Amino acid sequence: MLDISNVVKRYPNGHLALSGLNLTVETGEILAIVGGSGCGKSTLLRLLSGLDQPTSGSVILDGTPVQGPRPEIGLVFQEPRLMPWLSIDQNVGFGIRHLPAAKQRSRIDEVLARVGLASHSGHWPRELSGGQAQRVALARALVGRPQVLLLDEPFSALDALTRSDLQEHLLELWAYDRPTMVLVTHDIEEALFLADRIVVMQPNPGRIRTEVKPPLARPHDRLDAEFLAWKYKLLAELDHASRRPGGDEVFPAAAI
Amino acid sequence: MTVNQIALDAAASTNKAAVRPSKRLNLSWLAGLILPVGLALGWEVAVALKWADGRLLPTPSRIITTLFGLTRSGELATHVLATLQRVALGFGFGVAAGTFLGALAGYWTGLRRLIDPTLQALRNIPSIAWVPMFILWFGIFETSKVILIAVGVFFPIYLTLTGAILGVDRKLVEVGRIFRFSHREMITRILLPATLPSYILALRSGLGLGWMFVVAAEFMGAEAGLGFLLVDGQQTGRPAVILASITAFALLGKLTDWLLASSTARLLRWQDSFKPAE
Repeated sequence: MLDISNVVKRYPNGHLALSGLNLTVETGEILAIVGGSGCGKSTLLRLLSGLDQPTSGSVILDGTPVQGPRPEIGLVFQEPRLMPWLSIDQNVGFGIRHLPAAKQRSRIDEVLARVGLASHSGHWPRELSGGQAQRVALARALVGRPQVLLLDEPFSALDALTRSDLQEHLLELWAYDRPTMVLVTHDIEEALFLADRIVVMQPNPGRIRTEVKPPLARPHDRLDAEFLAWKYKLLAELDHASRRPGGDEVFPAAAI
Repeated sequence: MTVNQIALDAAASTNKAAVRPSKRLNLSWLAGLILPVGLALGWEVAVALKWADGRLLPTPSRIITTLFGLTRSGELATHVLATLQRVALGFGFGVAAGTFLGALAGYWTGLRRLIDPTLQALRNIPSIAWVPMFILWFGIFETSKVILIAVGVFFPIYLTLTGAILGVDRKLVEVGRIFRFSHREMITRILLPATLPSYILALRSGLGLGWMFVVAAEFMGAEAGLGFLLVDGQQTGRPAVILASITAFALLGKLTDWLLASSTARLLRWQDSFKPAE
């Protein structure tokens, strides 16, 4: 269980990115965090991963506070961030370098097969497409078998077809070990398709606006009437969340 | 050899490595021979036709004859070996020190604040100015020569490496943090590979400087070495010997640079770099 209590994050420049956030993520749950830009959702994910520390408050995973990156927490960034000087299998092996070589080999082969890139094992990152590179990044995060998998807008840089393909693929990967998954996204449809529960955040200062648990049957069908009804409901919510005080309306960047 | 030219050469050699090997014999490198061979033949003809007398600037054929003579007597081998040994030792020590301090100063801000200003100041002293001091400190034999070369090699390596490490993408460093890399792993597994392309360029310009400094070192008194041969040729009034020695320097410099470039090209296969059209 991932427990976030009274988390405040103020950057050195004075910007208040998160103002006293409380949230609990159950073990094995898929949680999506949506919101427009500047609502603190990526900040929150960096705190969960241990890359940054909260100004006050705490993040606790199964009873121990997260004070830095931990082996049981995996993170997939918005960009693949592969090391260009390492082959695909070496990139995946990054996260399990402490294991004996033979064990590394079998784990790497297994996870590359799962993401459908077994035949690309010895290739260079520059030889991959954007979607393939992001699948390698997923494999790199999964190879250490984390209890918690954090994803920071992992598919936002991909085209729509690749994106929906990878979303389905992510659920298949999740089904192997069923890690707790926290997904940050600005794409409502992605959140609805993947998550059990959705938290909507709003900016100035970053905080939770609302949270919903749509009672949709798995697998979620993007064209199902109920799915669409939730989508419009959440879009409206997001629209309100990103409306600036003083009537200065903006288009919900998050809905695009 | 200028840094720019090295950069071009390096880009060219990595391109070659990246392109699939073609069955067709590639003769484009011959283009580089047109100018030097043309000039040499022109001078040979000019002297042969008595348009010029060629006393102070001997013809290529006389230089080659001199080189052959020095080779046959075994003199050239002695000089080349003496010089090569000095360059190799000086280069080795300079690279080791430059890499070690450069990597640490690039990684730790505290250390950089401590040593960088001093090193930047020392860098501006023409290295030849150290010669009298080095002779006093380390004597007139090999130690002072090797140290002078090492000092010359050290600075481009140190400067390039600290600069390149500060320019490494934060995003890649964060991947290392997520996987809980130790400081040592961060340096050896992310920072050094990421800076490898500039590091190899620095090695090459360091080697070029090593060849420059060995001449200075051998001018300060040596019993053997190509630099000694230069001085000897001047004192005995034999311009052909001077030019033979210069030719040997050029060949050795080019050869060692080529060895360094081609042995490191494999390390840069991963680069996704600009490939100029033919």
